[in-house]
Amino acid sequence: MRITQGTFSHLPDLTDDEITAQIAYCLDNGWPLSVEFTDDPHPRNTYWEMWGLPMFDLADPAGVMLEVDTCRTSHPDCYVKLNAYDARLGRQTTALSFIVQRPEPEPGFRLDRHEGADRRITYTTTSYATGRPQGERYPAT
Amino acid sequence: MRGGDEMCAVRMNGLGDGSPRRGFAMPGSAVAPTPEVAPVDDGAAPSLAPDAVVDLAAERSATGVDGVLDALDAELVGLAPVKARIAEIAALLLVDRTRARFGITTAPPNLHMCFTGGPGTGKTTVALRMAGLLHRLGYLRRGHLVTVTRDDLVGQYVGHTAPKTRDVLKRAMGGVLFIDEAYYLHKAENERDYGSESIEILLQVMENHRDDVVVILAGYAAEMDVFFRSNPGMSSRIAHHITFPAYTVDELEQIADRMADQLGYVFAPDTRPVLRDYLERRMARPRFANARSVRNAVERARLRQARRLVDGADPRVDRDALTTIEPADLLASRVFDPEPDGTEPGERGTAEGCGSGTMPE
Repeated sequence: MRITQGTFSHLPDLTDDEITAQIAYCLDNGWPLSVEFTDDPHPRNTYWEMWGLPMFDLADPAGVMLEVDTCRTSHPDCYVKLNAYDARLGRQTTALSFIVQRPEPEPGFRLDRHEGADRRITYTTTSYATGRPQGERYPAT
Repeated sequence: MRGGDEMCAVRMNGLGDGSPRRGFAMPGSAVAPTPEVAPVDDGAAPSLAPDAVVDLAAERSATGVDGVLDALDAELVGLAPVKARIAEIAALLLVDRTRARFGITTAPPNLHMCFTGGPGTGKTTVALRMAGLLHRLGYLRRGHLVTVTRDDLVGQYVGHTAPKTRDVLKRAMGGVLFIDEAYYLHKAENERDYGSESIEILLQVMENHRDDVVVILAGYAAEMDVFFRSNPGMSSRIAHHITFPAYTVDELEQIADRMADQLGYVFAPDTRPVLRDYLERRMARPRFANARSVRNAVERARLRQARRLVDGADPRVDRDALTTIEPADLLASRVFDPEPDGTEPGERGTAEGCGSGTMPE
């Protein structure tokens, strides 16, 4: 099941040129970018691992792409996303966040229904991939 | 959340099949205009017929290169070899761009440079201009300049250098990375110095990202020679070794004129021969730093002129008096002392006390 998190995730995967164009847009707006990766793409998992610190004072997308590429080669079997942070007063939030790499087999999520008192149902989503220990969840095929 | 599996089943779109998916656009979305690509990559107009003829002069005027080169010529005195090299680079970029239009693909030219020359010969000034110049020539995407010295590149403990250097390089991408006093990067006397680690990363990026960043090293000739001898890889990766010649007296005089003009001063007609004499004497002295010495001389003449006006017999001044540098303002300099090695600096009030700015750092 294809994970749909962040901007553009319902679109076909972005090519490197398209990613570069998005990065250029962020930099033109003065948003610093950061690269994050994870192998636990649960929708509630907000805090992915940081790939280095956020990149401030960059002028050109090439610098960000350099980090994206090193992250993708070091973690070929992880989800990698780019976050752009808008630090303007009043916004101060992630302005754009999109996935730039996803592992090839995406097993998706299992939905558990838990029946409690008064037939009340609580739901839990569990990623099939997290059944395996960290680092072995998306074995490269 | 209900039935997430089925609802979100967007077709996997051939990830990793390597086929470029171009022509993808989102209405009303945050799609930035594609950044200008270096013209050597695929050129402005992709393909011309093999038998087409291009008017290079028209191309040239279209890019506005001439304006940039003329401005450089007008604003910088002397430096003939430097200007010649810049004109060559401009021509090469123009030709490359035209070649690309015929579909002749070329690897982006290697534009890393090394500026060597005596103190005050304009190395830093030219480097500052180089970024804007290469941007206008269409080689650099952003054309900003990041000036660093050893401190910004080399870390203080193990494992600190690499991220620091990479960070600087990332910031410089799309522009020029100017490393002033580059020979400090390598300290031959200390084997465990982290400078060599920094050099390694620099070399790697200079090789693999030559269309993203232009690295300019600057330093004094003798020190840079030693630096390159201990880092042969660096020397061979730099295509343009440009030597900045020392200025002649005429050029120094022009420079003095311009500096005075920028400050809103003029030399009185009878100051001319004195200025020339001053420059000649100054050049013969040790620690002469070309344009930097001239700048200091003009600054000191300014001080003496101010003092002359304030302490003068006639307290009334007019515009001419305020802007004119008289021979006396220059003649007060220590350079005109009968015994050249006067051991009492500052004996003449505002005379060149300590010679602070004239040291070759």
